[in-house]
Amino acid sequence: MSGYLNIRNLSVSLRGGGPILRSVTLDVAAGQVHGLVGESGAGKSMIGKAVLGTLPRALQITAGEIWLDGQDLLKLSPGQRRHRIGATTALIPQDPLTALNPSRRIGPQITRRLVDILGWTKAAAEARALELLAEVDIPDPRRVMRTYPHELSGGMRQRILIASAFAAEPKLIIADEPTTALDVTVQKQILRLIAEMQARHGTALLFVTHDLGVVSKVCDSLSVLYAGKIVENARMRRFFMHPIHPYSAALLAATPTYTNPQGSLMPVPESVIETVEQEVTAHDRRWGRR
Amino acid sequence: MALLRAILVRLLTTAITLFGVAVIVFVVIRVVPGNPIAMMLPPGATEADIARLQMQYGFDKSIFEQFTIWLSGVVQGDFGTSISLRQPVSLLVLNRLPATLELSIVALLIAVLIGGTMALVGTRFRDTGAEGAIDMGAGMALSIPDFLWGLVLILLFGVLWPVFHISGRISPSLDIDFTTNFYLFEALFRLRFDVLADLIGHMFMPAVALAIPLAAIIAQLLKQSLKETMHLDYVTLARTKGYAERTVITREALPNAILPTLTLVGVQFTFLIGGTVIIERLFSYEGLGNMAIDAVINRDLPLIQGIVILFALIFTLVNLVVDMMYVVLNPRLRHA
Ligand SMILES: Nc1ncnc2c1ncn2[C@@H]1O[C@H](COP(=O)(O)OP(=O)(O)O)[C@@H](O)[C@H]1O
Ligand SMILES: [Mg+2]
Repeated sequence: MSGYLNIRNLSVSLRGGGPILRSVTLDVAAGQVHGLVGESGAGKSMIGKAVLGTLPRALQITAGEIWLDGQDLLKLSPGQRRHRIGATTALIPQDPLTALNPSRRIGPQITRRLVDILGWTKAAAEARALELLAEVDIPDPRRVMRTYPHELSGGMRQRILIASAFAAEPKLIIADEPTTALDVTVQKQILRLIAEMQARHGTALLFVTHDLGVVSKVCDSLSVLYAGKIVENARMRRFFMHPIHPYSAALLAATPTYTNPQGSLMPVPESVIETVEQEVTAHDRRWGRR
Repeated sequence: MALLRAILVRLLTTAITLFGVAVIVFVVIRVVPGNPIAMMLPPGATEADIARLQMQYGFDKSIFEQFTIWLSGVVQGDFGTSISLRQPVSLLVLNRLPATLELSIVALLIAVLIGGTMALVGTRFRDTGAEGAIDMGAGMALSIPDFLWGLVLILLFGVLWPVFHISGRISPSLDIDFTTNFYLFEALFRLRFDVLADLIGHMFMPAVALAIPLAAIIAQLLKQSLKETMHLDYVTLARTKGYAERTVITREALPNAILPTLTLVGVQFTFLIGGTVIIERLFSYEGLGNMAIDAVINRDLPLIQGIVILFALIFTLVNLVVDMMYVVLNPRLRHA
């Protein structure tokens, strides 16, 4: 098994209810960008949450393995797992307006974890935060460190969250639709920023999006998810030249070329939907509705 | 400028509120039956004696006239003379105020401590039996009023296992020469721990009786607010940073969850202060509330008026403090 993150046959279901993720298998190679595409509600966020250990209480992992750097997270105690995630992995959340604590200044929101969890000195953490804020093009980082989130725009806050995610030099970053909640005008900038930061820091990135056009710009490989089931795992170039699954092909056809990153998903033909739905049903019949 | 305006508006509304309270109290205690003069004279006093005293205290005049006379005294700081105690009302009331303030503040601290702990523990172990037990305890605490808790405490710690004093504020033998009537704070300040222990031994039961219902309310409100906050994105993000659940609750959720509960706790605290009237009576605690009951029994109209006005003033001040804390704790308002 190569790669930094390897998810194997991960199944998640509603406690006492139906499946949410169906035997998901995907790999994120060290230092590479892996796209995770699927329509809204497909279960993209739940994959990220399963890795980070933040699944809603109503959901539970029923089967599978989540290998991080050669270690199955699900075999660790909750405390060990939390520590491991905290030290190696970071999240760039979907909505920058709700992802910063409204009653704390920006500075501590970046530096505290460096001090508390990773044992840095306060001075080192502050120097690091200033450096990272400058790197994500925040003007006057010293002042921004003392502001409260409500004083900043959505784009600024997402830059801060990106800086915060990279601050501890994590090995893996999960970006969950990091531009969806932003103004169209800043979406492109933030996307470019994430790509630049990833390249510069050599971090593995699991990039969650519902936009295939975006994937084409930033990813090395991708997974297509439908109703909690991986429809196709592929290297980028092969996928765009020769998608194997009809659903992938339909997605590609519906995306107004990857010269237009603003392009959104167009309806997928009924016949293709029927095909994937049959596969999902077959999966459930084989494995039980767990 | 906006702040100055807000303060002026606040002062004006406070004045209007107090005036309204004064009018209502003044009228109500004069229309209910009971003659203050008759209460203070020995049986067999002549009609002439009664009439003379009625005139001396101004009770022969119309209510409106009495009110204007009283009000003109009040604006000069003169709240009249107590009929039963024959001393200036302002002096009597201010001498008793510290006892009631100490009791209320200690009760509030106990309530915040117990209620806050219950809320945090209940959040940490939410959706488990522990949370259920806390909910049940809070429900029980709320279904019994404070004075019944007082009786329960007397049975427990006064009779069955007599470790606390049942009545009074301080043992007479320990009455060091206090310069203020804030015995508790003064004993603490002067490092007289023997006196402090005695004061606490007296205050324990009335304070806990007052605190129990408020603690239950804080436990329920704060826990609800914390549980809602635990679903928010910044809390989830903190979790991915490697923080333990306990830290996530106290550091990320708590500062934000406190805000919505603060106002309600402020209102409930004024109820607690109202509760001191009966609790002080029950424990013969020498405070304002105890004095209020005596004043009512004796139909001591000037004293009743003075005490009610003071309580009204305390309530408005509590609300003011709550509003100020809300601004201080909420960065979004601090900068507005
Ligand atoms: N707290 C929850 N309780 C129950 N079901 C949930 C919860 N959160 C999400 N789900 C379900 O999980 C599925 C996947 O959601 P999600 O991963 O958020 O989709 P997306 O691909 O849009 O990120 C959805 O069908 C949703 O209804
Ligand atoms: Mg999502």
